[in-house]
Amino acid sequence: MIGAVLARGVLVTLLAFMTLPTVVVIVASFNPTAILSFPPAGLSLRWYVNALTYPQFQRAAVNSLVVTVASAVLAVPFGTAAAFALVRYPLRARGTWTALLLSPLVIPGVAAGLGFLILAAKVGLLTSRWVLIVAHVALVLPFVVRSVAVSVANLDPGLERAAASLGARPRRVFVRITLPLLRPGLLAGLLFAVIVSANEFVVSLFISTRVTEILPVAMFTYVVNYTDPTMAALSTLFIVVTVLAVVLADRLLDLSRVFQIGEHR
Amino acid sequence: MFGVALTALLQQSLLEFVPGSLRTGGLTDANFRAVLAPQYLRYIWETILLSVATTVLTLVAAYPVAYALARARSARVRSLLLVLTLAPFFTGAIVRTYAWMLVLGNSFVRWPVKLLFEPSGVLIGLVHFSMPTMILILAAAISHIDPRYERAAASLGARPARVFWRVTLPLSMPGVASGCLVVLAWTFSAFPTPELLGGGRVKMVANVVKDLALDSFNWPGSAAFAAVALAVTLAVLAVMSRGLARLER
Repeated sequence: MIGAVLARGVLVTLLAFMTLPTVVVIVASFNPTAILSFPPAGLSLRWYVNALTYPQFQRAAVNSLVVTVASAVLAVPFGTAAAFALVRYPLRARGTWTALLLSPLVIPGVAAGLGFLILAAKVGLLTSRWVLIVAHVALVLPFVVRSVAVSVANLDPGLERAAASLGARPRRVFVRITLPLLRPGLLAGLLFAVIVSANEFVVSLFISTRVTEILPVAMFTYVVNYTDPTMAALSTLFIVVTVLAVVLADRLLDLSRVFQIGEHR
Repeated sequence: MFGVALTALLQQSLLEFVPGSLRTGGLTDANFRAVLAPQYLRYIWETILLSVATTVLTLVAAYPVAYALARARSARVRSLLLVLTLAPFFTGAIVRTYAWMLVLGNSFVRWPVKLLFEPSGVLIGLVHFSMPTMILILAAAISHIDPRYERAAASLGARPARVFWRVTLPLSMPGVASGCLVVLAWTFSAFPTPELLGGGRVKMVANVVKDLALDSFNWPGSAAFAAVALAVTLAVLAVMSRGLARLER
């Protein structure tokens, strides 16, 4: 009995440790004074106004939008094709392909960032947004492939064969049978791509200029130079959007299955 | 197939490029010798110490959460724990690190020791950063253990602590090993946490890479450091895949 209470206490403490910084940021963002005080001296939205009207943040937000949308639009079809190839076809060296596809997850960000920087310099695209987009596609692919692969594995090829045997052309089978059945995986993959791209920082730091930089890079520069809670306001917006996106992904695809957690079933 | 080939190509170019950059201006091993110069060796040593400490602390902190996640009886509780774990996982590094700057460096809580811009503060930030990853890997491993083993041990009279040490923990060793190695590899090349929480006073390998590349424009020197980070990461992962293959047999 004491053991159970103790175990619960430990769990709550650890969860508190995990969420504490988030809570502090949210409290700070509504604090009316530049120097953080507790309990807060009142409620104020001035840091939100600051964050939303700061020109460099506005420019960076537009860049983020362009880069995130472009990389998601490119990564989802490529990732879906890759997921099909990995699950359905008897590939030679399947392990190697899987490792290559998932490698952006483990390659150090500074190594990838510097690699892209040097590559961009060689082809003369140092100031182009395309470098950012290409890098982001590579970085979000592992997440797209994993999400879509779950749906592909659940898709009974018999359904596609049945449609084909009833006279549907391959294209019609794909549009009417395959795509609708893959929808949860595709949507979750898209969502992951957007979340990861919108939050990416290390690689982007190396390959963006003041003109092309995305929001996390602009936020980094701001934190290094200023200490007021404008960053807290912007962070709160980021946190809210991210939590909503994760909850949505969980609804769509039961995340415990993506990460293989839970009882045997 | 085309997509796979294209992505593989894309990533291949990414992988091969780091050593390729050393050719700028003729072949030399001067950059790698510079890595071993005393002033830099200090950073590498600090990086190793911080990575190992982070790995150990993260394992201890993550295991209970992972266990609760894997063994949660109601789907509701599991969803809640999963969202609490995943939200920080997907919240950008900058937001999370900035949050710790506020926690460690504010004026109304007096920490018994100075934490911001000290190795201890960087360590706290790194553990927090690694926890979601470790939790996910451990929870997957614990989920693969058939709960009947634990019940059998308990029915034979083993106390809960004994069940944990003799049954659950040993059976979750593949997860523990791969979780530790992933965290070790990630932490070795951690960048935003030491950059912001270290405030230039605590530096890890990745911060040296950034200083050299973006502040000193010494790309070859920076690439040498990045290559070291990359080599360590790949070595750790190679150990992991070999070890896992043996555990699975």
